[in-house]
Order: sequence, then structure tokens, then C-alpha cells
Amino acid sequence: MKQKLVLIGNGMAGMRTIDELLKLAPEKYDITVFGAEPHGNYNRIMLSPVLAGDKVIDDIITHDIDWYQRNNITLHTDATVTKIDRIKKTVHTDTGLSASYDKLLLATGSNPFMLPLPGADLEGVISFRDIRDVNTMIDTAKQYKKAVVIGGGLLGLEAANGLKLQGMDVTVVHLTNGLMNQQLDQTAADLMRVELEESGLNFLMEHQTEALLGDERVEKVRFSNGTEVDADLVVMAIGVRPNIELAMNSGLQCERGILVDDTLQTYSPNVYAVGECVQHRKQTFGLVAPLYEQAKVCANHLAEMGIAHYLTKATATKLKVTGINLFSAGDFLGDDESESLVYSDPARFIYKKLVLKNNKIVGTVLYGDTLDGNWYFSLLNEQTDISDMRENILFGQQFVEA
Amino acid sequence: MNALNKVTKTTCPYCGVGCGVEATVHDNGEVTVKGDKSHPSNFGRLCSKGSALGDTVSSDNRLLYPQINGQRVGWDTALDTISQKLSDIVEEHGPDAVAFYVSGQLLTEDYYVANKLMKGFIGSANIDTNSRLCMSSAVAGYKRAFGVDAVPCNYEDLEQADLIVIEGSNTAWCHPVVFQRIVKAKQERPELKVVVIDPRKTATCDIADIHLPLRSGTDTTLFNGLLHYLAENDVIDHDFVSAHTDGFEAATTAAKQQTLSVVAEQCDLTEADVLAFYKLFADTEKVVTLYSQGVNQSSSGTDNSNSIINCHLATGRIGKPAMGPFSITGQPNAMGGREVGGLANQLAAHMDIHNPQHHDIVSRFWKTDNLATEQGAKAVDLFRDVESGKIKAVWVMATNPVVSLPDADQVKNALEKCELVIVSDCEANTDTTEHADVLLPAQGWSEKDGTVTNSERRISHQRGFLTPVGEAKADWWIISEVAKRMGFAEAFPYQSAVEVFREHAALSAFENEGQRDFDIGLMADISEQDYEQLEPIQWPVNAENPNGKQRLFEDKRYFTDNGRAKFIAIEPHLPLNQVSTEYPLVLNTGRIRDQWHTMTRTARSSKLNAHLPEPFVEVSDDDIARYQLEEGGLALVQSAWGSVIVRVQQSESVKSGNIFISMHWNAQYASLARVDAAVNPAVDPISGQPESKHTPVNIKAYQPEWYGFVLSHQPLNLNECDYWTKIKGQQFWRYEIAGEQALDSYDDWVKQLTDVSGDWLVFEDASANRYRAALIVDNKIELVAMFGPDHDLPSRSWLSQLFSEPELNDEMRNALLAGRPGAGLPDVGPIVCACFGVGENTIKDAISCGKAKSVDDLGQQLKAGTNCGSCIPELKKLLQSA
Repeated sequence: MKQKLVLIGNGMAGMRTIDELLKLAPEKYDITVFGAEPHGNYNRIMLSPVLAGDKVIDDIITHDIDWYQRNNITLHTDATVTKIDRIKKTVHTDTGLSASYDKLLLATGSNPFMLPLPGADLEGVISFRDIRDVNTMIDTAKQYKKAVVIGGGLLGLEAANGLKLQGMDVTVVHLTNGLMNQQLDQTAADLMRVELEESGLNFLMEHQTEALLGDERVEKVRFSNGTEVDADLVVMAIGVRPNIELAMNSGLQCERGILVDDTLQTYSPNVYAVGECVQHRKQTFGLVAPLYEQAKVCANHLAEMGIAHYLTKATATKLKVTGINLFSAGDFLGDDESESLVYSDPARFIYKKLVLKNNKIVGTVLYGDTLDGNWYFSLLNEQTDISDMRENILFGQQFVEA
Repeated sequence: MNALNKVTKTTCPYCGVGCGVEATVHDNGEVTVKGDKSHPSNFGRLCSKGSALGDTVSSDNRLLYPQINGQRVGWDTALDTISQKLSDIVEEHGPDAVAFYVSGQLLTEDYYVANKLMKGFIGSANIDTNSRLCMSSAVAGYKRAFGVDAVPCNYEDLEQADLIVIEGSNTAWCHPVVFQRIVKAKQERPELKVVVIDPRKTATCDIADIHLPLRSGTDTTLFNGLLHYLAENDVIDHDFVSAHTDGFEAATTAAKQQTLSVVAEQCDLTEADVLAFYKLFADTEKVVTLYSQGVNQSSSGTDNSNSIINCHLATGRIGKPAMGPFSITGQPNAMGGREVGGLANQLAAHMDIHNPQHHDIVSRFWKTDNLATEQGAKAVDLFRDVESGKIKAVWVMATNPVVSLPDADQVKNALEKCELVIVSDCEANTDTTEHADVLLPAQGWSEKDGTVTNSERRISHQRGFLTPVGEAKADWWIISEVAKRMGFAEAFPYQSAVEVFREHAALSAFENEGQRDFDIGLMADISEQDYEQLEPIQWPVNAENPNGKQRLFEDKRYFTDNGRAKFIAIEPHLPLNQVSTEYPLVLNTGRIRDQWHTMTRTARSSKLNAHLPEPFVEVSDDDIARYQLEEGGLALVQSAWGSVIVRVQQSESVKSGNIFISMHWNAQYASLARVDAAVNPAVDPISGQPESKHTPVNIKAYQPEWYGFVLSHQPLNLNECDYWTKIKGQQFWRYEIAGEQALDSYDDWVKQLTDVSGDWLVFEDASANRYRAALIVDNKIELVAMFGPDHDLPSRSWLSQLFSEPELNDEMRNALLAGRPGAGLPDVGPIVCACFGVGENTIKDAISCGKAKSVDDLGQQLKAGTNCGSCIPELKKLLQSA
């Protein structure tokens, strides 16, 4: 008799773990997957191209319903798990389903953070997290003109760009003066703002949203400085928080996320967790690369091979945001002890910066031309002394003699 | 008068080879030149400088109008002012209170009129010429030996010789067409031997069978040694010596000291090398000794000449084909100047100022009672007299003494103090025009019309073919107009150059009767048409020699008191100023291949500037180490007289203890590279020629805070920089710069250089003191500037080429601030997998070579698609389409 594995969360991290597990031990488990959304698994990162009209939903489905059948996996869609009984080793859903497990994998992901503003519950105030949000935006764009996106981070800018392409007049509201401040320094952020302004987006930098106004549907956004803008749609994209409600209620040890060790095991021996819901060595996650690495390690342990362990590596952010190439890694701001190499061709929207300490790369931000990002990143990871190539390194690998 | 699409035969205005040039003015105004195949000096060949003449005729920076104290005036005002002031000064202080300093670039007609005015009518011999710096020692040597300034040889003698001894001449660079003729002769007759005697291993040594890198200033020792060797071994033409010469005994007695071992030791050569040369000389009948500035520019310059001539007299190798002592001149019309008497110690037409008979002849011919009776001040003394106030007015014509005279800062001070400085030039901005009270626009090459004489006594017609710019006038006209206003109208009635030429020719024949070598009397009545069509001809041109004369002294008759040639007994002496602890190095100066004199014309040509773009000092490996210099870095070279800052060039051509700096650079092109400011004003006691080849100096590294360069489409003014040099390129100006103080902001500094707006590209590594920026306007490069903590900056060559690109492509733009194109990594193609930067071409390659058959394969091999997976659809498409 096979052991039973239950996965809560039919998303990218969880399903990648299943993929990896099937490669290692395809016959080991009877697998049951619970997903709150009505679809198979899809690539959430690709919601932006869907919103932008470059792709349709079918394009981004990675595991369709047939796939689960072919692989003898039980999939419950539209089923939110509300309770874990760790004594009886069963899980229960809001739809009355239940399943028992020998091993449980939590991949509940994260929730968009919604500002608790007056008017936040008005119609037309949404987040940008899943297929439903995308569909809402596409539908709204057919009837309405004015959109406001709160949050000038990666997700907010992609939402804004998509809405613009859907025909809306879009204003991005950002609390500070620097867009994407997780990934960009001020120079790159300014360049990005100018480039996006030229493409037709509006920006309200250093604006704090105070209230959303309207009767039933949102009509205006008011700021702390007293000004207002019209809005038929407000997308909040100010960040995500690990979805740990279920885990907490089940008595699993949590801080900001579900605590896991280097094998992705929670404090409960039969319970594993991966993805944006976990906290590993104080760190939580939002990018895809570490999630996939977790999936690999976790699968190894679920397969009871017991040899892999997960360590967070420095990650580089390589993005194509609204068609703009970005690369950012490490300490790209630098400090008093660091030195910077900077190249800029603002007319072509190109900006490159390497931050050095003791002639070793500690950080980089590349805007517009990211061709050498991975090379810089490997030099950063390997802590290579770049003294000999310092004069040419910023122009790219092809300018540095081997 | 621009002769469109018509070929004009003229001559090159540079060195003394005197090549024939065919110039064509095209419809678009462009001037092209090629060598004149029918001209016997060059038979169609031209050197790099001559070939680039077309680049130099632009009207940029030309002096267009007369000016007084910087204000434009009419010609009448200028001429009235000059003549009034000169007359006043002569009246108050006497004729010796005025002076002319003229040039071997004047045409013979100009020269003649200038000399006539000063010596014949103002009544002073204070007219000297830049030829003083060039070949006055050779003149003095010939005069001591032959009684006249007569070059016996011609270029064919070189081709027919079996041995050419090249002494003190980098012929390859300084007289390239003569050098080419020698090279060709040597190729055709490998038995033709070449000995090069030069402290430097120059490009001329490429064809040397023997190179003797003798210690600077020991030439007389070497040639006295040769005379001694010839006497000892009885390689003497006793019949010739006894019948046609005087002084053989005294000369050989004086040379007795110079035994082989003494010569070797004093000249810093091996005995074997010296002996090899002596033997070769002794054993070869057909020998020409070709010599130039290394011989002339010495405090022993005249003795040097005579030490050479002594050996030719002793062996009777003179006045015969393929033999003789051949001084080759540096200027297009140095010889013409000598013929008219343009030196302060000459009278006119090869007549002597101290010879009463000559004085009488010239006085009567010119119908003057005011002819100068005493020598005037020679160049160096002339400007000393200007500084002391003895000379109150100086008129500089077609030359740039603030750059070219030794102790050149003294000249600058002298001009600053001088009551009246008149400068006639074709250039608006030179180091000398800066000091002029009155500026007169003279016609330049391509405009002026008259005759010149080359090193082999060949008179050629230099013809005008372009309309003079602005109000530029012929020098003979300017001088004549001043003469008229000074009250000498009758003596200066000239309406055209040919009228001057006829008078010059007539004077050469006047009461000559074979007494004087220079006689072109047959041309005294030349018609305008014949003058216009004058074919190159070697003087004398008289009844005896209607077609000119190839070689002098074939009749063994010399122009001395008794018709015999004179040996000169020579006691070698070392250069006047010797190295010391404070100044341990010998500074040698000279020309480079592609610049001429003070660069006023050659620096207009980007082609010519490309050869050696920056002022430099050649230093041996030993001295680079000893004085802690760096190849490519800057060095401060100081003498007791002045200093320069120039680029260090490691060189195998100079010996340890010697350095070489080119003579060309000046304040128009560099901050501190006027080498003559450092050159000692020691002169030869007889010729007055400066010892420009030997100045004791020291050298040390000049270490600025930053180095940089700017290439700009538009000219800039970067004269504020502590070090700068300016180079004209093709479509751009190049500035090499350095500063002693850190700049507050490179970015601010660079961006204020231009008002042009466009795209700025910037690279900065502030901690490393490295900054680069470029300005691009409409996809064309406008300016690029690069700075760093040391001289090791990116190459200028690729960047320079970009200024000729009609449009920069993306690769060029991205590579611009790297200063070179990328190493050409394989073009990965448009990026497909953004996460790992995997390009379409890379993916296609992996698929087509059969290694990758699936998305997973691509992931494993290239990582493509293994992170965010966004590109998997494209990967699938690429797999399908393969």
C-alpha cells in the first residue's frame, strides 16, 4: 500500500515539488492536491503577459486537468483547506471534503497586502494575484477609463502596463521617489519612470493614499496632501504576505511564515512546506528561483532519499518589466566602504552599475542592457577579484580578455 | 585666377630637395597634387608631406588683412605707418637700429628685394634669415674652401656613386625623395655602399652598410682621423693637391693627433668600425659625402664642413661625376636666399660685403651711395640686439623665430620689448605673429609666384594657381611699397616678379667676367613668357653654360684669391656647453617625417599628423630606467635656458646619455613643447649657426594628477590645462591633456566644453579616478573625452575612425566608452531566456547540432527556460521550426 501525500496549494512551488518527486519516486505516493482556484496549475509570473494581451490563459497553464489524471493525482479545485487534524492526519475543506495523509505538503503561497483604507471594500478595488484579478481587470477596461495602481513595485508596474495596453488611462501612485526600490537604485528608478512616462503611464511619486472615495464603486483616490485623482479601478500592489493562517490554526510553528528547516520540514515531522508561505532562516521568499530550489530539496526528502538540503543563495533578479530588461543583485546601493562603476546612456535608457568592495563585486543593477548580468552575478557569487578587468568589465564580457 | 581643372606645374614648398609638383584645382575647390614626372629633382616622386599639400591650402587661420595693434587697417595705412616709423627710427638711431629677419621660404624675388632695401638703401646689413639656423656653416665651409658658396654636386652624383657617406642627416625623413633615389640606386647596384654617421640610429640607417653612432659633436675628430688615415696610407691625389690646392700640409699636420685609437675613444666608436669606414672611403673612388644639420648645427659647424671638404680635396674627389662634398639644404629656397645675399655677412649675388670691389659693383648696379659696409647681426645676435634695444624695429618675414631660434624665450622677450615688430606671414596665429605690432598678410604657397633654388643649384619656377585669400600680397610687392614710401621709389619700380628676377640675373652677370660662380646673366632679359615657362635649370646660366651646369669645379678652378682650393687645418673641439651633474644628458633636436618647420602648414593635414601626433622625447632604455620614466608617460626636460613637457618614447635610436626631441611643436599646438626654448644659444664662431644638436639637459617624470584626451568634431580651447597638445584629425580635433590639480567634477568639466546638445554617454569609476564621456548628436559622434589616473588610456585610433562614420551603429555606441570594439564574442542573437541570458542563436545552435531535442534538453544544456519558464513557448517554437 502506497503512502498518501496531500498537497495544499495547487501553485507553482507545490506543483514543482510534485514534478520533482515524480522524477525521483513516481510510485511512492498516492497524491491528492487541493487548490482554491478553479484551474489546473498555472505560471503566475505569466499573468502580466496575459493582462498585456500577449498571452491567453491556456498559454500559461503548466499542469492542466488531464495531466493530474494521467499521473493518477487526485485534484480538488475550488477547494480551500480550512483545517488540518494533525492527530488524525487528515485535512478538511470548506466544501466538506477531507483527505488523510502520511505526508503533508503546505504550499499555500502568499496573499496580496491590502491597505486598510477607508473605501477599500468598494467595488473596483482589487489586487493583482490570480486569474480572477486579471479577468476583472480585462473586463473593467472594457467599460471604464481611469485606473489607479497603488504601488510602484514590480507587480504594480506590470499591472499598470497591462491596464494601459487594455486601453485604460493609468496612474501609478508610489509612496517614495523610487520605483521598484527592491531592485533599483535611484538613478535606475528615475530612468524607468521617464521611460514609462514616455510610454504613456502617469506617475504620482511620493504620494500617500489616504482614502478611496465612491458610493458603491470607487470613484476617486484621495492623498494625504489633499489632492485627488479620478479612479474607476484601483489595483493595490504594495506587496504580499505569506499565507500562514491555516498553518497557525493547525498549531504549526510560524513567525512571518511557516518555519522550516533545511529539509523544508516544519516543526511537525510529517509536514513539509515550500514556497512563499515559508520562512527559512529568517527569510521569506517572493522570487521563483529559490522556490524551485526548495521544491527540489523537499522532493528529495519526500522521496526519503534524505540527502539534499536547502540553503538560500544570493539571488539575482532578472526581469523583463513592461518590456524593459532589468537585472539586480546583491548590495546594489553600496555604502561608504564600497566603490561604484557606473555607465549610463540615458537617451537609450541604459544604465549599468557595479558595486565593489576590495575589488570584488558585491552588487549590481543593470537597466536596459542586462546581457552581462549573469556573468556579473557569477563573479559576485565566486567573489572573483576583478582588479585586472576593472577598466573594461562594465562594457561587458566581450571587452575583457580571457 | 583659380585655374579650374588645369594642371599647374610648380614646386614643393618644404625641404631643399625642390621637387616638382603638379597641382590641380577641382570644381569643388579641392586641390590635388602629384609629383611632376618631368622635374629632374624628383621625376614624379613626392614624399608624404608633398603629397598632402592639397590638405594645407584651406583659408582657415590665414592672415587675411593688414592689422595694426590687432585692428584691421587698409594696405595704405599699414604701409605708410611702417615706412614712416622705419624712416623715423633710421633717422634718429641710424640704419643699424632696424633689422629684417627673413626666411628660406621666401621666393628669390622676395628675398632679392628685401636684401636690396636693407643693404642697399636703408644702409645696414641687419638682414638675416632662418637659413642661418640651417646651412650657414655649410656656406662658410664652402667659402673657406672654394672662395664662394658653391655646392659642387647634384643628385645624379648620388645615384652614380659607389659610396655615399651620409653625415648628420636623417635623409629618409628630412629629404625623403633624395633618399628614395639613393634607395633605388642601391637596389639597382647593391655594390653602392652607404655609411651613416649620426649619433642616432635613424630611419636612414635602414640602408646603411655601416652606421657610426658617434658621440655628439665629435664629427671633426672623425674626419680629421680620416684625413690622417688617407695621408698615412697615401690615398692622396698628389697631382691635384699640388696643382690646385693650398694648405694640405697644415691640415694633415693638424690631423696627426687623430689616430685610429684616439678617434675611436673620442667618438665612442670601436676601432674596427672606424677603420671599416676609413678603408671603404680610401678604397672607393666615387664617393659623395652628403651632409646636413648634424654637421651644420654645431659650434664646430664650419670646421665640420671643412673637415669633410679636406678629405675630398686630398683625394681629388671633387668636380667629377659621383664625387664631392654635398651639403643638402633644409628649405625650399635656402639656396635662392644665398644667391641674393640674404645673410647678414653676404652682400648680393655671391659677393662679399667686405670686398671693396664687390661693394663698388653692387653700389653702381643699384645706383646707391648708401650700401652697407659692415656685416649685420646674425640671427642669434640680431634678437639679442633687439632685446638690448640696439635694434628698435624688426621686420619678420615668412618665419617663426619665437619657435625656431635657440633660447627661444629670449626671442619672445626681445619681441615684447621691441618698439616696432612687423610680421609678414600667411598664417594668422603663430607664436611670432602674437608679438606683432603690424601684421601684413602675405601670399602663401599656391598663391605666390616666383623662383626657388634647390640643393643642387636648380632654379625652378614656383607658380601660383589659387586666387590669394583676403588681401594677401606678394612679399616683393609689400617690401617695394615700403621702399617707395621710404623715398626709394626709383630703385623699387617693380610691377611683377619677372622684373625683379631680370634685375637679379643682371646683377649676377654685372662685371662678372668669370670672377664669380653665381652667374645667371643669360636670363637677364628673359621675356615674361619664357619666365612663365621656365624649365628647371642648374646655375650658372651664362654664355658659357646656356643650359646650366650640372657640376661645378670640373675645371679645377676655384673662386679664391689664387684660384686654388683651400685645405683648412682643423683642431677639433667639443660642443660649447658640456653635460654636467645638473644637466647630464645631451639633447638633440631635429625634424620628423611628416611635419615641417613650425607646423603652420603641415599640421593642417590630418594625414600628416597621424604619423607622430604628439610632441615626444626619445629616450634609451637605460635612461628610462635611470631617470624613472615611463614609456607613454610625460617628462619634463630642462636645460639652463628653458624646458618642455613631452611624451616619453622608448627608443633604440638614441644612445644612453642622449635624448631627441623634435623641433616642430610650438604654443599653437602644445602647452610646453617648444624645444628651442631649451636649446642653448651656443653658435659657431664663423657661421653664427646655433648648436641646436647639442644642449645639456636633465629629465624627470612629469606626474600630473590626471591624464586625459578629448576628441571633438569642433575645435575646442583647452589651453587652461597644465599639459595640452592639439592635433587635427580627419573630421575631428584631438587634445591630449593632463592636470596637476584634481578636477572638482570631470562630468561638469566635460559638459561645459560644448554648447551642442545631444545624447551624453558616461562611464565613471570615481574611486579609480577614471571618467569617460561621449556626446552623440543624430547618431554621429560629436565629442569623446576620457580621463584616468595614469597615461594608460584607451587607444585613440578606433575612436578617431568613428568621426568618419556617417552613423554609429548600436555596437559602436555600446563600445564607444570602452574605446575599442568588443572582442567579437559570438552573437548570441535576440535574448529568448531572459533569466539566463540565453539568445536565439545559441538555442538554434544547440538544436541544430542535435544535442537538444526537447525543452528539457535545452534546460539542462543551456539553463534556458528553467527559471521562470516564460520562454518555454518560444523554446517549443524554436524546436518545432528546427
